[in-house]
Amino acid sequence: MEIVVSLVIGVLAASGVWLVLRPRTFQVLIGLSLLSYAVNLFIFSVGSLAIDKEPIARAGEPADLLHYTDPLPQSLVLTAIVISFATTALFLVVLLALRGLTDSDHVDAEEERP
Amino acid sequence: MNALPASEHLLVAPVLLPLATAAVLLMLGERWRTARALLAVASALLGLAVAVALLLHVEAHGPMGAVYLPGDWPVPFGIVLVGDRLAGLMLVLAAATGVGSLLFSLARWQRAGVHFHPLFQLQLMGLNGAFLTGDLFNLFVFFEVLLAASYGLLLHGGGAARVRTSLHYISINLLASLLFLIGVALLYGVTGTLNMADMAQRLPHVPASDRGLLHAGAAILGVAFFAKAAVWPLNAWLPPAYGAASAPVASLFAILTKVGVYALLRLWSLCFPDSAGGSALFGGDALVWGGMATLAFGAVGMLASQQLGRLAGFSIIATSGTLLAAIGFGQPALTAGALFYLASSTLAAVALYLLVELLERARQAEIDVPLEVTVGPLPVFADARPAAEVNLDDQELPLVGRAIPGALAFLGVAFVIVALVVAGLPPLSGFVGKVAMLTALLDPGIGAVGGTAARWTLFALLVVSGFLSSIGLVRLGMRQFWAPQDRPAPRLRVVECMPIGLLLGLCVLMVVRGDPALRYLRATADSLHRPALYIDAVRAARPVARAPEARR
Repeated sequence: MEIVVSLVIGVLAASGVWLVLRPRTFQVLIGLSLLSYAVNLFIFSVGSLAIDKEPIARAGEPADLLHYTDPLPQSLVLTAIVISFATTALFLVVLLALRGLTDSDHVDAEEERP
Repeated sequence: MNALPASEHLLVAPVLLPLATAAVLLMLGERWRTARALLAVASALLGLAVAVALLLHVEAHGPMGAVYLPGDWPVPFGIVLVGDRLAGLMLVLAAATGVGSLLFSLARWQRAGVHFHPLFQLQLMGLNGAFLTGDLFNLFVFFEVLLAASYGLLLHGGGAARVRTSLHYISINLLASLLFLIGVALLYGVTGTLNMADMAQRLPHVPASDRGLLHAGAAILGVAFFAKAAVWPLNAWLPPAYGAASAPVASLFAILTKVGVYALLRLWSLCFPDSAGGSALFGGDALVWGGMATLAFGAVGMLASQQLGRLAGFSIIATSGTLLAAIGFGQPALTAGALFYLASSTLAAVALYLLVELLERARQAEIDVPLEVTVGPLPVFADARPAAEVNLDDQELPLVGRAIPGALAFLGVAFVIVALVVAGLPPLSGFVGKVAMLTALLDPGIGAVGGTAARWTLFALLVVSGFLSSIGLVRLGMRQFWAPQDRPAPRLRVVECMPIGLLLGLCVLMVVRGDPALRYLRATADSLHRPALYIDAVRAARPVARAPEARR
């Protein structure tokens, strides 16, 4: 479980970093999205990964992380997802505006000269 | 069931007031332009009054003014708002910046695009919330609020240059926000809390095996704040973005980098004081040397700038560097000087950005007018123009005793005052802040971080950077005001000059009332460097709905 999650986070983050460093705006957008997925998974994983555990402490069971999963990272992830979704949408609008204004999809709005 | 007195609810007003104003402004739509402007200005003025009232309240009620529980949850679980001296200072600065920029925008800029006023109010809300909150994740949320509003404001007015720099600004800030999240998640994973006071209390007890993870989290969080505070080498985005923004927006942005500085000062002094055991003064060297590199970069950038707008951007970078380097020493006397410098340089940077717009407008008139003249077919005869020394006007009368137009005189005087404050020359407030820092640096007892070498390097850099920035400012000022030119005198409106006059008046007031101001900031720095005060005040807060006994 831990290996799988950390591999997924690593692959997403590495692809994201590579794409963010690319010169095309759309690649940067996708890179930022992948990075935010990686970060969301990472936040989720700091609350100790568990299978078949609810984020609810039940009566009669001791309220420690052996018997329920930490609900706080899940709510943090929810907030982070909403925020990154909104800012990514805004980024998309700016990307399209730049494309319309300059006829270029380069991040600097002009091609590099060799 | 004991309700809080009204003064306690004052603490949440800086967040609620702009939020409610923004909602009303959105509902008004784009109609009733005068009513919208009046409402926005009234709200900003009320916000300034609330901030000043909070500052006086904090000053009257001891080191920790007030702790407010917005959700009425007991302390480590719910969000807390903490109004201490530092928060009071930053709130007043943000409100003064907001009032100045908003008044300036009334003349022209508010009509350059849609939703200027709601975005402006949301920006103020994000700023105020970030200064007040005592919860790490809530700090992230308020950062995102102010950043989202700043994206919209940066695009205000449109045009390819603004859109292009916005793209860079948004991507940099999205990446910094992701780093912020990673840092918060790591700190939560190690300490199990998001409440800043609770976290600071638990940090000394973190087991040695987790300390590496803790330091990694704190460092990643620090990098996020470094990017927001425009620390070298993470500051390439700042001069183009601020230079492309419309004048009232750029002047409001002058306080955005200070949010990064504030967050570093707050969290670093709270979490890693001398007494933090294995993590005492963690990252102090990064603050000191990073700050000094930023200061050097900003000073050289100011010298290299050919346009006033870019020079203002580099002056903001230099200010950030000065503040971080001074804070990183972790000494109350130095921090107090840095806070004084923060206040004066923020006000001066706001005034400088507003002035840039007025001066550029004068230049624009100059560029526009002679176009038809130069393309005309008439040859220019060498003897048709008077010799340069005689200086004749149209009637060939020597220019003696001709009055300088009032607008030009205002711009000139305002520019001189701004230059004095930005370069830190006597007799204005920039000088007082710098002298306070230099005096503290001369004290040999403060070498806890970085040692003697860092102390003397910062001392030399402060002096040299003041010299470089005065050269840069004087050169651009001479080109702006003294170069021979036939430009018509710029037309200024009162509503554009008033904020500049008010902000510079505040700078002068900070000198005239320098003693109480420095005493307040000295007390601020002292309580910052005794984090137990903050921790105890937050932990002592109790929900009002249920008495603490009833919950057990």
